[in-house]
Amino acid sequence: MAEAPKIPDEAETRARWGSFAWTDENQVKANEILGRYPKGREQSASIPFLDLAQRQVGAETQTQGWLPVPVIEFVARQIGVPYMRVYEVVTFYTMFNLAPVGRYHVQVCGTTPCMLRGSDDVLAACKNRGLVKGGTTPDGMFTLTEVECLGTCANAPMVQINDDNFEDLDYDKTTEILEALASGGTPTPGPQFGRRASCPEGGPTSLKAMVDANHDYRGEWA
Amino acid sequence: MLADKDRIFTNVYGFQPWNIDAAIMRGDWDNTKDLMALGQDAIIDVMKASGLRGRGGAGFPTGTKWSFMPKEPKPDRPNFLVINADESEPGSCKDREIIRHDPHKLIEGALIAGFAMRARAAYIYIRGEYIREAETLFAAVAEAYDRGFIGKNACGSGYDFDVFVHRGAGAYICGEETAMLESLEGKKGQPRLKPPFPAGAGLYGCPTTVNNVESIAVAPTILRRGAAWFSSFGAENNRGTKLFQISGHVNKPCVVEEEMSISFRDLIETHCGGIRGGWDNLLAVIPGGSSVPLVPAAQIMDCAMDFDGLKAVGSGLGTAAIIVMDKSTDIVRAISRISYFYKHESCGQCTPCREGTGWMWRVMERMRTGDAELSEIDMLQQVTKQVEGHSICALGDAAAWPIQGLIKHFRPEMERRIRERGGDTAPMMEAAE
Repeated sequence: MAEAPKIPDEAETRARWGSFAWTDENQVKANEILGRYPKGREQSASIPFLDLAQRQVGAETQTQGWLPVPVIEFVARQIGVPYMRVYEVVTFYTMFNLAPVGRYHVQVCGTTPCMLRGSDDVLAACKNRGLVKGGTTPDGMFTLTEVECLGTCANAPMVQINDDNFEDLDYDKTTEILEALASGGTPTPGPQFGRRASCPEGGPTSLKAMVDANHDYRGEWA
Repeated sequence: MLADKDRIFTNVYGFQPWNIDAAIMRGDWDNTKDLMALGQDAIIDVMKASGLRGRGGAGFPTGTKWSFMPKEPKPDRPNFLVINADESEPGSCKDREIIRHDPHKLIEGALIAGFAMRARAAYIYIRGEYIREAETLFAAVAEAYDRGFIGKNACGSGYDFDVFVHRGAGAYICGEETAMLESLEGKKGQPRLKPPFPAGAGLYGCPTTVNNVESIAVAPTILRRGAAWFSSFGAENNRGTKLFQISGHVNKPCVVEEEMSISFRDLIETHCGGIRGGWDNLLAVIPGGSSVPLVPAAQIMDCAMDFDGLKAVGSGLGTAAIIVMDKSTDIVRAISRISYFYKHESCGQCTPCREGTGWMWRVMERMRTGDAELSEIDMLQQVTKQVEGHSICALGDAAAWPIQGLIKHFRPEMERRIRERGGDTAPMMEAAE
């Protein structure tokens, strides 16, 4: 979150997160991540470690997660670089939250391809549900952010909520999804109008043989 | 229309499973060892002969790029292949379909490309927001390791090759090849000065080639079916098939593989159910992702969708991400939103881009409401010229071109807004008399 108003680093934050360490499960994942990079290049693990740490914080706080300063310091120690080298990475990449977020981080894409297909309606639905851009609802349920292109342009407009994409939205569908999440439900991710991925609506115009069977085209190669 | 048998990405919509057994049934990993037995130089020659140009936007011939890599890597400086899956250009959504529905085409391509350029390993850099897609890719790579298709003695060829997946964390600029290398090394994604080029000193200072997902994923099929097959599609210098991504005001937005040089009209009529409200309702098209200039309706309708055809109308093919705008579009807002995107994504390294993208966006917002003076249109044009070409990477250019395209084709609309708001008719006094 680039526009984080204030980066919390008070005594309470330190008291809560000062003893942060990997859980046993995440220790296994961390070892596996380190194995991907050559020896002496542990710094390459900064982004994967920060992501893992944010997820662990999220699991402990029942939110999408964020990165308190002591957690960033922990990651810096793990890969053996100064705190600043990791802190600057946290501030550079938009997926790292520098302040706490809600249970669901609602990221509405507002870039031109989504804008053309009605992302204004999606944002209006969020607003009318009580979500405020850049803020968290008082019940701690939703944080709303307008983000830049999330790469699902043929399924615009879309919203990413924590790890899932909801595509082909309009005002009503967005409201339905938010209501479902607020009442503890799990709405189905993906296109909301019954089409398969980025296939043209109403059925494919090509590769029709693939719909029902795993067709092997090699026999037709000339 | 391209025949189904000539499509490379047969599972592009994911009607069938992505897993390795299904992929093998579709023809992936079919005697990969034999393809590798052709030899490294022969593979590069086939790629050159196929006429494949890089699918990430710049259109550099892929085979030629591979040939820049050192033929005899030193033991302490191995060659690396980095695959660019940081698909963040507004309008682009093709690599996502490859990764989540046909990941084994990419992994097999990584092995063949890596072998041809004598690389020790491939890193696939996937954008952080593709969370589910990355899960699929991690699982697919694990499957390929289990079968012995990659790793030690890959496919029984005697060649050792590793494939690693690295997730980004949300930065458009990491799609620039040197910024991607910085990010892979765990730093901020700020582009490096060139030279040295990555083929000389790239990832960890070692020789590196960065290729787009689609360029890599088509390689095995080209080798199986031959360079002549691939180059039978498209016009001279624009060969092959291509995943087109159509978004915006068409009746059925979609991703579809077609041959290069297909006309815009054919593409839209065949696969997208036409323009919303009919062809008379078409206003303009951004044919290659947000960073290329827009093309007005009259010029695009029968234009060939390839590198040269779109260059001739003052734009570019880019990633073939086609953003269609009908006459209901607030065209100045559409471009202003792109300016905001570049303001948001500038890495902050070079002053003309860092300051210029914000300045251009603020002026564009005033152009949107007409709260400007006529002379400011020229001033905006001049500033875009001062940003263009004055930054380390192409983000400055990418921010300038859409605005230049808007001024070139829609200046009367911008002037109309200013006039209607009363700009210029009552000039503001600079000081009290």
